[in-house]
Amino acid sequence: MKKNRVGMVSVGMTKFNRRAKETAKELCYYSSKMALDNAGLTRKDIDGVIVGSAPDAFDGVHQKHEYLTDGSGGMNLPSTRGYVGGGTGVFSPIQGWYQIASGMFDTILVTTEEKMSTVQPSAQAAFLTIFDNLIERPLGPNLIWIFALEMQRYMKKHNIPKEHIASVSVKNKLNAIDHPANMLGRKHTLEEVLEAEIMADPVRLLDVSPVADGSVSFVMMSEKKIKENGISYDDVAWVDGVGWNVDTTLWNNRDLYYPKYVEKAAKQAYHMAGLKDDEINPTSLRKWLDFAEPYDPFNYKELHHLEGLQLFEKGGAPKAAFEGITARDGDFPVTPSGGLLGVGNPIAAAAGMKTAELFFQLTGSAGKRQVELNENPRGLAQAWGDLMQVGTVLIMKGGRVE
Amino acid sequence: MKNSLKQNYLENLRGTKLNSKEFYNEVLSVKTIPKFNYSWATGVAIGKFLNGLKEGKILASICSGCESKQVPPMLFCHECFKPMVKMEKISDQGRINTYSLAYINTDATRREKPEIPIVIDFDETINTRDGEPSGILHKLDENSDLSKIKIGSRVKAVWKNENDRIGDITDILYFELMEEN
Repeated sequence: MKKNRVGMVSVGMTKFNRRAKETAKELCYYSSKMALDNAGLTRKDIDGVIVGSAPDAFDGVHQKHEYLTDGSGGMNLPSTRGYVGGGTGVFSPIQGWYQIASGMFDTILVTTEEKMSTVQPSAQAAFLTIFDNLIERPLGPNLIWIFALEMQRYMKKHNIPKEHIASVSVKNKLNAIDHPANMLGRKHTLEEVLEAEIMADPVRLLDVSPVADGSVSFVMMSEKKIKENGISYDDVAWVDGVGWNVDTTLWNNRDLYYPKYVEKAAKQAYHMAGLKDDEINPTSLRKWLDFAEPYDPFNYKELHHLEGLQLFEKGGAPKAAFEGITARDGDFPVTPSGGLLGVGNPIAAAAGMKTAELFFQLTGSAGKRQVELNENPRGLAQAWGDLMQVGTVLIMKGGRVE
Repeated sequence: MKNSLKQNYLENLRGTKLNSKEFYNEVLSVKTIPKFNYSWATGVAIGKFLNGLKEGKILASICSGCESKQVPPMLFCHECFKPMVKMEKISDQGRINTYSLAYINTDATRREKPEIPIVIDFDETINTRDGEPSGILHKLDENSDLSKIKIGSRVKAVWKNENDRIGDITDILYFELMEEN
């Protein structure tokens, strides 16, 4: 199938806050209007919208997408919801991509939003509803349990010292200081992370990203429209590869030490970008890509995902992080944005923020966060969600396309 | 179309922070407690599994297409997509696949003595996807010797009294470490 080339031409976002005064719809308006303004567009210029948001249970508003559509610029337009839990923020731009790549539309406004402060006494109560209703919920589980269980399995499998994992929190919270939406970025020592309040062993407070309210939007366009609008190719991040994959909700029925579904999503994206199987290995991939923004709701998840993405050998990511290889000025920068651990974790918007980082980095507009780029710059964003089962991957490319 | 992409347009992000005092002030929030009650059909496979628990048995489903023998049982094999027509009682013993010592409750309040969620790999199961065993989420006895809890430790089910069982996952009170650890 011949696919039309698709580029991201602008981004808009709100600050990430623990509790925002604005309603969910107002947050969507701030980010989507900003994305339009930054592209010099109005609502008349767009063919449709994608609205990405995670469970309705956070808002207590059913069919959230219908509630958020007008705030996202989509009244009386074709509108689609992105809805794969934490994977949403990367899947929503993928939905924008296929609506344009197919030739159906030329300009799509994508918004990823989450408001988690509404549910009382905490978002934990809503997270309970993702567990199996028949044989898990009666046990009174909470979301931290499954992360603790997965992290324990991962650490045991590869004999990983906690220091190596904790270094990811230090790095991402430090990187976040330079992010404009930053909620929690600050300088932490490794000891502070290691000795933070215990939640569910081995998970401690600073291993976890904070719940938040926020919204991030993008304008995506066909190459034809980009030319018509006279947008310089230097100001565009082009979609190079996409992939997504879902495993079963029987999360305790697979070995949790390795996210196979992330590997499958990543390989789909690498193949679409033109890589052959023998080029999909850590050494080649880390040359081919300039940086990555893997999903980091917990510090170990960034490492777990780097391995699923084939960017490090199984069990190899923790040591690399500890040695500074993944620092913003390291050999292979990972999460230069500051990630969910630093900037904050309004679920769909958080991975939207990671996608936005590809745009900033690849168009050279990341300011203090800018990483060094090769001649053919590329970045990868990945998100993960639902019940330890969803992987979504987006690869974008900067500059002139062939 | 104006090309404003290179300008630093992130300088004045909107989004207004509320502190908890402001947030919980009646003026700034409308409160509601929706009440929904659900009655879930337990289905063909889990229904039988729960009935088995009532009788003190753990049932695994057996695939008609591959070697898979799985807990929790399913109506179909998600790997080969053939029906899982047979169910068979398996041993209530297994190994700890992974565990945590959890100091927080579902509502995010703290607890002094940790709960011990575990994933159990049941001895007699066969998972054909990657040769991994199969199992469920449950808890370990809170009074267990913490130094003996390890990935791979042997555990067995501790059941409720027969008369108290209702056909629920909590008919297994918890799992306990076996002597041989």
